[in-house]
Amino acid sequence: MKKRAEVITFIAVVTFFILIVAGAPQSGTQLMVATTTSLYDSGLLDVMAEQYYEKYGVHLRFLALGSGQSLEHARRGDADAVLVHAPELENVFLSENAGGARKIIAYNFFAIVGPSDDPAGIENTSPTEALHRIAQTKATWVSRGDNSGTNIREKSLWAASGFESEELSDEDWYLESGSGMGTTLLIASERGAYTLADMGTYLKYRAENLIDLKVLVGEGKGLLNVYSVMAINPENHPHLNFQEAVRFIKFLISEEGQKLIGEFGVKEYGHPLFYPAVQLLKENLDPQLANWIRECAFFDDSECPDQYRLGQDELYL
Amino acid sequence: MSEQLFDLVVRSLWISGTALLLALTWSLPLSLLLGLKKFRGRKILISAFNSLLGIPTVALGLTLYLLFSHAGPLGFLGILYTPVAIIIGQALLITPIIVSLLTSAIESVDPNLKDLAKTLGASERQASLAILGEAKKGGILAGVAAFNRAISELGIALMVGGNLAGATRVMSTEIARGVTTGEMALSIQLTIILLLIVFGLTVLVNLAGKD
Amino acid sequence: MNVIMELKKVTREYEGKSALCGINLKIKHGEVFSLIGPNGAGKTTLLRIMAFLDKPTNGKIIYKGKEAWGPNLTKYRKKVTMVFQRPLFFNSTVFDNIAYGLKLRGYSSEEIEQKVDNVLRLVKMEDFQERSIKKISGGEQQRVAMARAIALNPELLLLDEPTANLDPANTKLIEKIIKKISKITTVVVATHNLFQAKRLSDRIGCLLSGRLIDVGNTRDIFSRPRDERTKKFVRGEFF
Ligand SMILES: Nc1ncnc2c1ncn2[C@@H]1O[C@H](COP(=O)(O)OP(=O)(O)O)[C@@H](O)[C@H]1O
Ligand SMILES: [Mg+2]
Repeated sequence: MKKRAEVITFIAVVTFFILIVAGAPQSGTQLMVATTTSLYDSGLLDVMAEQYYEKYGVHLRFLALGSGQSLEHARRGDADAVLVHAPELENVFLSENAGGARKIIAYNFFAIVGPSDDPAGIENTSPTEALHRIAQTKATWVSRGDNSGTNIREKSLWAASGFESEELSDEDWYLESGSGMGTTLLIASERGAYTLADMGTYLKYRAENLIDLKVLVGEGKGLLNVYSVMAINPENHPHLNFQEAVRFIKFLISEEGQKLIGEFGVKEYGHPLFYPAVQLLKENLDPQLANWIRECAFFDDSECPDQYRLGQDELYL
Repeated sequence: MSEQLFDLVVRSLWISGTALLLALTWSLPLSLLLGLKKFRGRKILISAFNSLLGIPTVALGLTLYLLFSHAGPLGFLGILYTPVAIIIGQALLITPIIVSLLTSAIESVDPNLKDLAKTLGASERQASLAILGEAKKGGILAGVAAFNRAISELGIALMVGGNLAGATRVMSTEIARGVTTGEMALSIQLTIILLLIVFGLTVLVNLAGKD
Repeated sequence: MNVIMELKKVTREYEGKSALCGINLKIKHGEVFSLIGPNGAGKTTLLRIMAFLDKPTNGKIIYKGKEAWGPNLTKYRKKVTMVFQRPLFFNSTVFDNIAYGLKLRGYSSEEIEQKVDNVLRLVKMEDFQERSIKKISGGEQQRVAMARAIALNPELLLLDEPTANLDPANTKLIEKIIKKISKITTVVVATHNLFQAKRLSDRIGCLLSGRLIDVGNTRDIFSRPRDERTKKFVRGEFF
């Protein structure tokens, strides 16, 4: 009898705590969005979450991971939507039927940044030429080495210049930080090295005077960085909030959402960190740029081939 | 910065405090058992807990992530990326700390005190509690060490909490994020607060523990 | 006469060796009973059994007509209190040590303060309430241990060699306290001090190698011991 009383007390105490905890902070529905760190760390998404909550009463919860990791989490059913910038991986994701309703929402450019005295002499060359010169002069290069979207782009740029990143790892001048963009920038700055940076993080670090690095190569076709959103296939994970994910996608491509993206950072840095892509693609405003985006991030001539639209054809009108 | 410093600090205290209470619900009886009862396998259990003292938080974080993930065996609970997941993770993390420190504190109490308590009218359980009371200095120290470990750890909060703004963001994850996003001032502020909490508690307990 | 506790064929073994062997003993209500015997005779072992701390390997204990060692053990323990040979204390103040058992019995804090006050006056330690137990002398500690037991108003008070390590002055004081308390409660004293037994007790039991070889009125045990070994013992030949 006494034993049983003890067991019951114990269970009651544990349940009590779990209830306190579960009942505490969450109010309203939430939408879990796995996203890339570079996008999240810009601060755009926090602003977006606030605006979105005011409008729909839904908390956007952004899980900031690398692009590869974000997609992996989505596959496991741990996020309702993904917001990434890795077209090759997204293509695989779609073809697995892991998700769909993909929309390209924004773009910006990566930049090759380095010390202002530019020992390898790469300023205003093409990205491939720049990497060539860096390798030739054995100037120090810091790679993310973390399989993030930026890292994947970095590897494909090296490959386009005729270097395999596996072989590069053996070179003394080629370092792998294994860290996020910010830490990588700090390391590059400390060591007077070159690196591939996303503009958002770079501008923020420069504004805070944390780094002494200059944009040497930017705004070229090879450095285009395209962001897109996808919902997770509800057939794989019925527990996920697919309808809410679709609403989020609609918000992102709406005039309001696009304006939010395009205006973010203007006040602080003098120009936007991200450029809205929806209108550009739809109306072919800047044909060259639109073509670059298509070449870089379209599959079968479409941002989302018919069979992956998950019944949301209205997104593509 | 999207979140008030104050909210972050309160959330950290609340999550790690709850983790401590949760861990105590099983660590107290376990320590009493290990410290007072002689049984086979006791030594092995004690050394097992001692060796778990240094368990890497990322290892625990990853294991729990795989368990709590929707594709994992406990996915149906739906607690991944909620404070509950962090609390459970931290509670598991600090269990070896509490058990190891408390068990040795209890072991160092004269076992005859249990007989003393009984002859003064205590039941078996009250006598055990009396021993626990004698070990309270060591016990409080164990609690503080455990709480400090919980509130300072990063791996679990990041991996099963997800560092979600307004939901699971705590001091340690925000410090790490501040560094990667160049918000150094924020990271430094939070680090100072964290250190103040950790050292403050230890100093407080040491002062209170003096005869 | 009214029997408060009866032991029937009580034995106690430690790892196969028997420390007590077939003990039959009746403790009468209100008496002072001395257990005498040399070191290692089994006095402590017997008292611990009478205090319901250790279970006899065999045999029965009848407390006020009812067999003890059932589910109501704690209830019996609340009526019988033992003072150990080497006094034990919680690492705290004199007050806290005395208050512990009172708290277990659910007294209010005013009642507790009152009782602690009274009992400390009895052992002549009125001013010691807030002293740390570690910072008082051995004699004072023994008195606190007595006070702590007496405060609980036990029906049966078991004292294990209460003056074994004390100087004559403290010994005298302790014996005075025993005399006083014996007016309101039954007392069993284990001692290897024959003169103390003679001074204090109504009856004496003589324990030797785990066996109760003789029990009788104090005067009889000393003047006409029935057992040969008791005779030797009271003459001091066992020491
Ligand atoms: N816990 C124990 N384990 C083993 N033997 C014990 C234990 N307690 C007492 N004994 C043995 O029982 C016998 C009686 O001891 P004890 O009751 O302490 O004697 P006394 O109090 O008369 O000096 C001794 O031989 C002692 O060695
Ligand atoms: Mg003894």
